[in-house]
Amino acid sequence: MFLIPDAVVRFFHRMASPPHFYAFTEKLMPWLVTIFVLLTAAGLYGGLVLAPPDYQQGDSYRIIYIHVPSAWMSLFIYMVMAAAGGIGLVWRIKLAEVVAISSAPIGASFTFIALVTGSLWGKPMWGTWWVWDARLTSELILLFLYLGVIGLYGAIDDKRVASKAIAILALVGVVNIPIIHYSVEWWNTLHQGPTVTKMDKPSIHVTMLVPLLLMALSFKMYYVIAMLQRARVELLQRERNAQWVKNRFLEKQS
Amino acid sequence: MTLSHAFLAIIRRDLVLALRRRAEIANPLLFFVLVITLFPLGIGAQPHLLQAIAPGIIWVSALLAAMLSLDSLFRSDFDDGCLEQILLSSYPASILVLGKIIAHWLVTGLPLLIVAPLLAVFLGMPTHTLGVLLLTLLLGTPVLSLIGAIGVALTVGLRRGGMILSLLVLPLYVPVLIFASNAVDMASSGLPIHAQINILISMLLMSLVLAPWPTAAALKMSIN
Repeated sequence: MFLIPDAVVRFFHRMASPPHFYAFTEKLMPWLVTIFVLLTAAGLYGGLVLAPPDYQQGDSYRIIYIHVPSAWMSLFIYMVMAAAGGIGLVWRIKLAEVVAISSAPIGASFTFIALVTGSLWGKPMWGTWWVWDARLTSELILLFLYLGVIGLYGAIDDKRVASKAIAILALVGVVNIPIIHYSVEWWNTLHQGPTVTKMDKPSIHVTMLVPLLLMALSFKMYYVIAMLQRARVELLQRERNAQWVKNRFLEKQS
Repeated sequence: MTLSHAFLAIIRRDLVLALRRRAEIANPLLFFVLVITLFPLGIGAQPHLLQAIAPGIIWVSALLAAMLSLDSLFRSDFDDGCLEQILLSSYPASILVLGKIIAHWLVTGLPLLIVAPLLAVFLGMPTHTLGVLLLTLLLGTPVLSLIGAIGVALTVGLRRGGMILSLLVLPLYVPVLIFASNAVDMASSGLPIHAQINILISMLLMSLVLAPWPTAAALKMSIN
């Protein structure tokens, strides 16, 4: 801990207190929304108007501006959820628990969007809505993992116990996701190879790549906004008997 | 009493308990046989078709049988309070839980190995693949018990844990299913299967080491 500057530690300690978090995110929200709108507008304009059509796929490749960022987010959010769950499990920080469960439905939605857009793209390109290809299959299994987390949280009445349960489940999932992913990949591969992460020379043109990265950032921003909103509601629900909630809402009424 | 004594005592106790309630041994076994019987009835009895999908049928059925048997792993101990005593004891909970899982596998997993060759013959699998099928079941079903224990530990406190258990556990079973049924498939075409068997062994060792921890943590959470 002594390696971290005092101010940073203080910031995190204050953020971990629900009333402070609630007030701070309320102030933060307009800024986040502004950045999100700007990024989305720029990304969509770049992707749908400025980027040239693909020489093979024509205009239908443009679905990658939704599909690829969603697929990235589906994994990213799972990692955030597991990390937040782990923090909540170890240090018993209420806020981390709230962040973990608030992330799950958003992650599930992104996974679902990635699956749906993938199959919409697959119909004209591969001639079929669904192929049992490695990445589609592991994305589908990821969706099941998310649904398991959401289902388990809903099934346990005591929400603090439920948070612990989903943290354990999410951490088990993190160990398993690479195993599942590689086993499915090994099982069958038809999907095209990665085109963006080839570091030396991306095989995607820069006019197509920049909007894609903008969209990825805008999706991250959307996740932060949606997650914070869910977390705020969840916090209010859990702390409905706390003094700060009463103060806050009585203040507003008068 | 040393830790290994306690570990063996848990296994002994669970085996004795299982022998007193033999229905628990028979149920997953019957389920396994019944599901496999349903496949030819549903798909049609063309020998070449059945032979082609036999490894998959046997492994999917084993997966479902393993999942259905999971509920008995902690249920009675949870209901009568033994589980609390086990977790309160001075020994590491993960080791004792591992003992329970091993006993449970001996009761519900091992019998699958005994009937599987018979069912494989029913489905017309070539006889030289029976050994490979048994090997994959021997390596794979303990993994199913170990991973399933995490899921059942998370849901043991719930009144209606059954549906949610399948949602938690089945996605985690996917790698075992893939490698095990593929190994049998390859063996029936006469191809080498070292890679699949090695991966199954590594999955077994990894889940043997890692799975008892979250299981013990989840049980402690379910208890209070």
